[in-house]
Amino acid sequence: MTQDTLRQRDQRTGWFLVIPALLILLLVFAYPILRAFWLSLFTQNLGTQLQAEFTGLTNYGRLVGDSRFWQSLGNTTIFTVLSIIVELVIGLAFALILNQTFRGRGLVRTITLIPWALPTAVMGLAWAWIFNDQFGVVNDLLLRLGILETGITWLGEPTRAMFALIFADVWKTTPFIAILLLAGLQSIPKDLYEAHAIDGASPVQSFWQITLPLIAPQILIALLFRFAQSFGIFDLVQVMTGGGPAGATETVSIYIYAMVRRYLDFGYGAALVVVTFLILVVAIALTAFLLARARINVSGER
Amino acid sequence: MPLLTLENLRKQFAPDVIPVKDISLTVADGEFLTLLGPSGCGKSTLLRLIAGLDQPTQGQVKVGETDLTTTPPGDRNMAMVFQSYALYPHMTVAENISAALKIRKIPSMEIRQRIGEVADKLGLTHLLDRKPGKLSGGQRQRVALARALVRNPDVFLLDEPLSNLDALLREQVREELKHIFNAQKKPVVYVTHDQTEAMTLSSKVAVLLDGRIQQLDPPSRIYTHPANRFVAGFVGSPQMNFLALQSQGGVGTLGTLKLPLPNGLGDRPTVDLGVRPEDIYLTPTGEEPTLKGKVTLVENFGREQLVTVQFGEGSSKIRAVIPPEQEWSGDHVGLSLKAAKMHWFDSKTGDRLSPT
Amino acid sequence: MLKVQSPTTTKTLISPGRLLLWVGVILMVGFCLAPVLWQLLTSFKTNAAISTIPTIYWPNWNQLTAAHYIGLGGEFLRYMGNSFFVSFISTCLCLVVGAPAAYSLARLKIPGENIILGLILIVSLFPYVLLFLGLLEIVKAVGIGNNYIALIVPYTAINLPLTILVLRSFFQQLPKDLEDSAKMDGYNTVAMLQHIVLPMTIPALVTTGILTFIFAWNEFIFALTFITRPEMETIPVAVAKIGGASVFEIPYGPIAAATVLGTIPLVILVLLFQRRIVQGITAGAVKG
Ligand SMILES: Nc1ncnc2c1ncn2[C@@H]1O[C@H](COP(=O)(O)OP(=O)(O)OP(=O)(O)O)[C@@H](O)[C@H]1O
Ligand SMILES: [Mg+2]
Repeated sequence: MTQDTLRQRDQRTGWFLVIPALLILLLVFAYPILRAFWLSLFTQNLGTQLQAEFTGLTNYGRLVGDSRFWQSLGNTTIFTVLSIIVELVIGLAFALILNQTFRGRGLVRTITLIPWALPTAVMGLAWAWIFNDQFGVVNDLLLRLGILETGITWLGEPTRAMFALIFADVWKTTPFIAILLLAGLQSIPKDLYEAHAIDGASPVQSFWQITLPLIAPQILIALLFRFAQSFGIFDLVQVMTGGGPAGATETVSIYIYAMVRRYLDFGYGAALVVVTFLILVVAIALTAFLLARARINVSGER
Repeated sequence: MPLLTLENLRKQFAPDVIPVKDISLTVADGEFLTLLGPSGCGKSTLLRLIAGLDQPTQGQVKVGETDLTTTPPGDRNMAMVFQSYALYPHMTVAENISAALKIRKIPSMEIRQRIGEVADKLGLTHLLDRKPGKLSGGQRQRVALARALVRNPDVFLLDEPLSNLDALLREQVREELKHIFNAQKKPVVYVTHDQTEAMTLSSKVAVLLDGRIQQLDPPSRIYTHPANRFVAGFVGSPQMNFLALQSQGGVGTLGTLKLPLPNGLGDRPTVDLGVRPEDIYLTPTGEEPTLKGKVTLVENFGREQLVTVQFGEGSSKIRAVIPPEQEWSGDHVGLSLKAAKMHWFDSKTGDRLSPT
Repeated sequence: MLKVQSPTTTKTLISPGRLLLWVGVILMVGFCLAPVLWQLLTSFKTNAAISTIPTIYWPNWNQLTAAHYIGLGGEFLRYMGNSFFVSFISTCLCLVVGAPAAYSLARLKIPGENIILGLILIVSLFPYVLLFLGLLEIVKAVGIGNNYIALIVPYTAINLPLTILVLRSFFQQLPKDLEDSAKMDGYNTVAMLQHIVLPMTIPALVTTGILTFIFAWNEFIFALTFITRPEMETIPVAVAKIGGASVFEIPYGPIAAATVLGTIPLVILVLLFQRRIVQGITAGAVKG
């Protein structure tokens, strides 16, 4: 139809403009994932002289019985859940503070951004130094406060190593959550609080009845982003503990990386990638579903 | 020679959003057509169809004999002035004015000369190196105008170009527009919802409602012979009075009001009478008033007073414009209507009825 | 909890709410800065001062030195240069590729627009560890190991989702009249993008550019995997390697100095562009 040529021309230009971006995205994101699906059906490791041999679902069978994988999955889950909960709570506190007016707020906001901006790998070293057994400042402070009698091992002891990791991760990513939640807080009209106060509600009640429900979408978005990032945590762990002691802090990504780079087991590594990917997709779909529901709820209330 | 021709234009955005339904018209060289209508009646949409910024669902846009319906906006050689002026904020006034010329690869000598000419004509010469952000509203408006004029286009399109100016400036620029476009000898299509602009500037006015042309006539005729109730009510301020009369045996009745109906209205039980407030006067002593009523409101505008009179048993109201110095006693007055200035409309369709 | 002042003096004293706020502010600032400051202090302490127990918080002049920084030497400047090069190029590439795509998705109404947007959003959630295996194969197959292309392309890709989402939301806020006006003037879409739209969105480009630059500067796993020649390493990898270099004694001083140097560019970026960074993060996450 000749009537449509102008629109068609626009669309053609439109495609022409998106295609370079799409190609790069496909190359870097879609190809490796699809490739992993394919490769996971092969055995390709030192045993096969790094040649790919089709072995069907063998890799997945091995995975089911691979206690190291399940342990790393458990570690990842613990790390993800705990760090996100703490981050949300502290991030909300940060956001509430930054939402107040006080002198020097701009500077304070700038300062809170610093942890977010610094390279995780580099700051991971800083944290390792802070949690150092001998000269670490954490031990020193706890000694001075009288909480400890002698210095303790942090990164060399499973639970405490996990604690240190979570602590460092909370430090690093709380600002991100705070910024997202702050945007949510700033979008709440002031008169809502005033009306609520006139109704006789205390600030605490306002927080539970107005603030939290209205920033629920932002909380869920933060949750979504943080969940994905946390679940794939690599650099912090690699630099701080390397997965140790004895695999106590080994996350899925550390395990995958080791499988490929150290043990050169590409086929099994691919299977690990696939399973991790699927777990993530399901979890993200679930969160996204909740997010959609929350959005409807919030707009329904208004 | 008709230059701009629209044939059966229709634009449908969604099944129930059809701002332009079926519009055909021509605008000849030197003609100034105004699209007049209430907000949302599809004026801007129609203009954008002409410009090629939107594609019509049906119909054609022609300039001369060339069908431009599928030509991109940049190749139509039409210039448009936007309500928001749409000046490029990062370019100086001179760059703004010359942008379209540069794209058309016009030699820079000529560009400079043409910029000089328009800038001179619009008094922009001292502003050429400024950015739009540093101009007043009136100056921006001029730059927008200059940008259109400098191109020497086949057709000028203007979408409410004065609506962002204050009242005083608007009057002044209106004057200038008239001179400028009189000199251009090109078809001009001008969108406004301001009837003063429509009346003073145009050689032809198209009154739009619901995506259709209600009337296409010179301004004076629109005023004196509105094609239907909608046009009659929309054009003219204060608004025309409408009275729904019962008609029987050549007499129209509304409460105590009785009027002999003119011939040729046909046989109908009801008929609508329209009469402009300025065609009603206080009955002088000695004459029999057409109607009597109680004054409920007097609005004094200085050069006239607008009197609202309630009459009949019901709450029928009528408004009359009377000279400022004229006085009356008590709150009851008698009013007379100028018989020659009465408009009759079909009470169902709203169409104008022409008495013989 | 906090003591409430007697009512007679409330005018001059801070109210309990304000006091609580200021306590919160101080804790927050302390929490965010402490590790950085500690690292800064360590980097200037002599080895002897570093390994003194109990820890020295206020070193005297004898306990201070710049030796750790000097020891890092020109090599470290080179890593900074590498990081800067890779980050800068990938940022430029990301804007060059991302801005047109964002414009297309904001305005040109291509079919499947929502699907593309959805995919872009999902893709931004992928952990990089899922990608490095497939990318490693490509890198090997094409033979671009130890070539910065192996970093620049993935960095561009991982930053594209954010770039596209942020820029798209900016483009959507532009007044449409300007683009219509440009069309009337005769610009085609590409020329319009180049001469009208992009010059007007420079602030947005800067915003996304800064975020992209930060992410690229900080990326670890690809840099660790695809670049093995020591002199080509980027900051995160180079610093991490200093940490794991000597088996016998971990060089705390040099690590601290390296940490400080490697993060200074980012601290400067944050100080200069705080507002834009906040704007970018929220636009990317919330509007998407
Ligand atoms: N791109 C579009 N998509 C869907 N509907 C549209 C679009 N553009 C305009 N409309 C609808 O078409 C109708 C007419 O709009 P238009 O802008 O032409 O009105 P207008 O007469 O110019 O009004 P105003 O005097 O307020 O400028 C409106 O109801 C509007 O909502
Ligand atoms: Mg309009």
